[in-house]
Order: sequence, then C-alpha cells, then structure tokens
Amino acid sequence: MQFGLSESQQMLRDNARKFFAGECPMAEVRRLMETDTAHDEALWKKMTEQGFTGIIFPEEYGGVGLGIVDLILLMEEAGRALLPGLFFSTVTLAGAVIDAVASPALKNKYLAPICRGEARATVAIPEASGSWNPSEAQSSVTNGRLSGEKLFVADAGVADTIVVVAREGVFAVDSSAPGISVRSMQGMDLTRKLYSVSFTGTPAEKIGELTKLARALDIATAGLAAELVGGMQRTLEITVEYAKTRKQFGKPIGSFQAVQHQCADMYLETESARSAVYYAAWALEVNAPDAPVAVSIAKMYASDAGRTVGNRGIQVHGGMGFTWENDLHLYYRRAKASETAFGDATYHRERIARLVIDAGAVAAQSA
Amino acid sequence: MDLNLTTDELQFRDELRAWLASNVPEEWDEVREESLEERFDFLKSWQRKLYEAGWAGISWPKEYGGRGASLMEQVIFWQEMAQAGAPPMANVLGLGIIGPTIIAFGTEAQKKRFLKKILSAEEIWCQGFSEPNAGSDLASLQTEARLDGTHYIVNGQKVWTSYGWAADWCELVVRTDPNVPKHKGLTVLMVEMKTPGVDVRPLRQMTGETEFNEVFFRDVRVPVENVVGKVNDGWDVAIGTLMHERGTFGAGLQIIYKRNMDRLIELARTLRRNGQPAAQDPLVRQKLAQCYAEIEIMRLNQMRAFSRISATGVPGPEGSIMKIFWSELNQRFQQIAQELLGPFGQLTSADSYAIDNGAWSYGYLRSRGNTIEAGTSEIQRNIIGHFVLGLPRSY
Repeated sequence: MQFGLSESQQMLRDNARKFFAGECPMAEVRRLMETDTAHDEALWKKMTEQGFTGIIFPEEYGGVGLGIVDLILLMEEAGRALLPGLFFSTVTLAGAVIDAVASPALKNKYLAPICRGEARATVAIPEASGSWNPSEAQSSVTNGRLSGEKLFVADAGVADTIVVVAREGVFAVDSSAPGISVRSMQGMDLTRKLYSVSFTGTPAEKIGELTKLARALDIATAGLAAELVGGMQRTLEITVEYAKTRKQFGKPIGSFQAVQHQCADMYLETESARSAVYYAAWALEVNAPDAPVAVSIAKMYASDAGRTVGNRGIQVHGGMGFTWENDLHLYYRRAKASETAFGDATYHRERIARLVIDAGAVAAQSA
Repeated sequence: MDLNLTTDELQFRDELRAWLASNVPEEWDEVREESLEERFDFLKSWQRKLYEAGWAGISWPKEYGGRGASLMEQVIFWQEMAQAGAPPMANVLGLGIIGPTIIAFGTEAQKKRFLKKILSAEEIWCQGFSEPNAGSDLASLQTEARLDGTHYIVNGQKVWTSYGWAADWCELVVRTDPNVPKHKGLTVLMVEMKTPGVDVRPLRQMTGETEFNEVFFRDVRVPVENVVGKVNDGWDVAIGTLMHERGTFGAGLQIIYKRNMDRLIELARTLRRNGQPAAQDPLVRQKLAQCYAEIEIMRLNQMRAFSRISATGVPGPEGSIMKIFWSELNQRFQQIAQELLGPFGQLTSADSYAIDNGAWSYGYLRSRGNTIEAGTSEIQRNIIGHFVLGLPRSY
C-alpha cells in the first residue's frame, strides 16, 4: 500500500505543470477570458499533441490508456493554471460519458475523434430545476427527435457534439443540427463559458442507457474536485508569497499570527481536499466498492474548501485582493462555479447520507 | 499510488483478522461502572495478550520485541483493530511516543532495557514536558537537573502529565545548562516514578476525572545512563518525540472516531425528531454526512503522511495538520452528537436515563481538551506558518 504518486505519475504532473506554465500563462488566461468562448484552437492542438485529449481512453480508440489518477493529476494542474476552455467538458466529462455508455461502434464514431483532438464535445444535464441528478431530466426524445431545454452547459458554444441526458437515455446531438438554439449564460467564471441550449425536434442519436451514466459522472465530478484543488494550491502559493513580501508596521504581514493562521488553514484545507480527491481517483480507477462515497466526500470537501481558501486568500491580500488586476478573483470565480457544478456540498452530503446511513451499513473502509 | 495491499500485507491482515476474531473481548466498552484504575488494569492485560501473540510494536525492530514489519502494516493493524471493535492498548504514550524516541535516540542498553516492557505494558510511561510557566513556550521550562557524580539531581514541577497516576517511568525534559539560550540547555532523562522525591498529585479536570497529574521532583536522583540522546541536546529529542506524537498518534484516534460515528448513526436511526427517525431529518443527515466525510479524510490524510514516512523515514511537520484536524473534528463531532441527543446529551453516567452510560456528555466535555493538549491549535498553526509555509516567525 502506497498512498503517494509513482514516478511516472510525478513525471506526468511535472510535465503538465511545465506545459501549462509555458503555453497558458496568466496573460493568456486573461486574453482568452475576454473572448466569447475562452477557447483557443492552437492551444487545443498542442494539448492533443501531448496526448491530453485521449489520456484515459482505450488505445483502440486512439487514447493513451492511462488511469483515473493520471487524469486527476492533469485536472489538478489545469486547475492550478486556471486553464480556460473545454478540456474538462470534452475529455473529463463528454469523453468519460461516451466511454461509459456507448457501444464500440459508437465509440469509434464519437470517442475516437475526441482522442484525436478533432472533435470538441460537452454534456448537457441540468434543466430548469438546476439539478445535476440525471433522473430529474425532462428533455425527451420521440422518434429520434429531441425536445427540451438544458441549462449551464459548459462550452456548448464551441462543442461539435452535445451529449444530452434525456428521459429515454443518453443521446448525441450534432451542434449544427436543425432545431438547436445555443445562447450564452453570463456566469461569474470568465474562463469556462456556460450556455443554455434548447432543442426543438432536433435529430438525436441514442448512444447509451442512463443506468451506465453513474460512473462517468463520478469521474467528471472527481475531475472537477481535482481542478478545485489545483486552484486552491495556486491561491495558497500566491497568498503566502504576498504575506512574505508585503510589509506593514515595519514587518512582513506573514509574521503576524492573525495572517499566519489564515495561511495555515488554507494549507490544511488544500491538503485535506487533495487527500480526498486522490483517494476518490484511485477508488474509481480500481472500481472499489466505496468509490461513489469517496467521490462525494471529495467533491463535498473541495466545494467548500475551494470557496474558503479563496475567502482567506483575498482577505490576506487586503485591498489588493479586491482588485481586478490581482489574479485571485479569477480563481475565486472558477471555484464558485465549480462549487455548484455536479452538485454542491449539500447535494453530496445528502448523497453520502443515502449511501452510508440509508444503506444500513457503513461503507467498508478499504484495506 | 496503489492502495491495494501487497501479498505480504494481505497475509498479515488475514492472520491478524483471524486472531482478533477469536480474542477481542466482547462488549468491553459497554460497562463504565468500574474505576479508572480497574479499567486501566483491564487495558493492560489486553495489551499483554496482544504482545504475547506478537501484535504489539508492529513496526518496531524484532530484537527489541517488535514484529519488524513495515509502517504500513502498523497502519493495517490499527484499521483491523477498529473493524474488530478491539479495546485500545494501555501504554498509549509508551507505544506512540517514548518507544519511537528510544528507538531513534536511545543507546543499545536503553533499547534492551526499556522497549520490551513498553510493548508488554509491564512498564507504563508518562511524559514530563509542560510546567506551570512553560506551556506553549516549552523551551522556557525551569525544572533543573544538576550533575552530582554518577547522578543528576532533579528539582522542579511538571503539569498536565497524562497517565502520571499509572506510570512507572517518565520521559522528563530538564534544564541542564541555565547559561545558554533556552533551546540549547535542555536534556531528556528517563526517571523511574518510584524514585524517592517524585510526588504525583491528581489534577482534577473539567470532566471530573483525574486523567492528568501534577508531578513534583524534589532532589530526585537519576543515573546519568538514563539520559536519552546527548546532554543539552534535549530540545531535538523532545521535538522528535512531539513529531511522533503529532504524526503517528492519530492512527489510533481515527479508530475511536470511526466507532463513535458508527454508533451515532445507529442512534440516529432510533432517536426521533419531528415525528420521524432522526436519520430521516434533512438537517441531521447533512451534519452526520459532514462528520462521516471528515473522519474519512482524517484517515486519508494519515495514510498520505504514513506513506511519506515510509518513503523518507521521518515524520515531517505535516503532522501539524493532523493535530488540528483531529482535535477540531472531534469538537464538531461531539457538538453534533449533543444536538442529536437533545436533552439526553447532558446526562452523565450517574443517571439511569443516560444514553450509552453518559459517554456522550463525557465526550463533549473531554473534547475541549483536544485543541489544547499536545500543542494548542494556535501553536500548531504557528508551526505550519513557519516550518511548512516558510513565513517569518512571529516570536
């Protein structure tokens, strides 16, 4: 038993960190966030060359065949860099859903182009109720025609394929099909654009059953939690650096305990979220029986910690933390959006209660 | 990353699991009528049984009575103890802190003399660290040891000494050189508690118990061979010890929390709120789930830290996160237990209506000590700020 990164995992993480630092520095994040889609085709191509788009998918579909832990490390680094655009939507979400629900033929059609970096995709789940629970979907398909309205669909403005969770199953919709209307939703997070998408008799191809969706959504949820951890890590680093250099009363403010203790709590929350996320990733990777509980624990904790780490970081920065110029608010905005996406802490606490209290028996600890 | 057990670990677990299944005393924690001393005698005999079967000191060297297994097997040991509902071992400080300190800093003769008796619970240990005027500022301690031929003569007073009443030996930090900066003149001595001049007095806590003691030293003669590490090097020895305390001590605690959590969930299924089982109440569910998750994260933080210790050989300052985490978590947990139990939560073991013999009112009061003992939360946050994050010292 070894709850640490292997050499190849450390290498993957270090390479990803180097890649994002070189290809997507904060100046680039700020440039992209001012665009309509926050997507950059040149950056996407470079990510494809790195093998990022096929990271966890089987080699027969052009993927790299790595594990969930590897994906989680990549998501963590993407979060640390505040990577704009549709890596999460296309790979961690849509790719995972197609991989989980679709037949080999449909994977050749929909997953292989994602691995090759040729297709951009997203998944549409919530509707007017704002729920990420697939069983609450009202959108419906009759005779291959989809009708309904989806909200909070990330990156729908640049996706080629929109995977839609409907009452009758999981469907793939070509974003240029007739009867689709994609409208921008003006969210807090400037680096991941949200859309409302309405379908009126839109041609839709069924790719799988709702019953196969749970594991894919758990992968996406863990991925989002990992991204939150990366954001927390960067917020902590920026804040500690500031506390060491900013002087008041003739001393670095980091020498005052009121400030030190904020930083210590940021560290505690970041590391604890990381422990929970790494475990969830491993549990998913090996299909451990407690994987669903582990995912909910990770997302629950990271949702709350992402916000509180941001709160503390901004507070330590004082007036500077409240400016547009400072990067902290960009991470803070992302953290708020990710807090609610795929269920906030309250949603996941209720899921834990269902899995642990209602099941009548406490989920077995591994080992 | 591989949280699966290796073949060796699996074999170890299965063997241990089988042994526990036929040896754990049933319903040992149901009865709280016996005195502190009677209860402690029971835990000592349980530890002796574990020792004789080869289950004490899992990661300690074989030649000193340990099993010579890996740290990971030590972790598995705690997990299996938890799942079996086994009683804790009596010699908490000896196993968690003093033994590891002797292994790290002790002479060969000291290892031979002391380690086996720690494992068998034949000799119970306490720690003499804090003093009335040296709490968080431990290095300012005043208990002095003056060299007199082959012995040190110790004078002073220690306080908050856990297990002082039960201890045969004490790991004592004393000042051996008053003329150098405060961190440089300290030495660690092993003092036999029945030496003339050692006076243990009960210190009654807010729980009503006398778990802690004050210990007075008046012209106590300690042989020089009982110095641990080097003379005037006691700060490093003591800090090494505290890192063990903060780093590995939590493994046993997680078990207790998990057991308490399971019990609280069980109670939530029977206690009623708003005309339905409390376990159906949305707010109760939220709070129970939050605690359940945090107890699991406590386990995961520990496993990450243990993996680091396995890889590097030493516990790092990361132990400070764990101390804050477990202590503040237990306070939140005990508060939620109180909310769930309503008016019954306040009842003590003396009351016939008390749930679980008053364990919950005791647990609630006892948890206030958690963020103070073994380094306050404030000191822990200072340690993270300075030693982990590299912020300038505040004092």
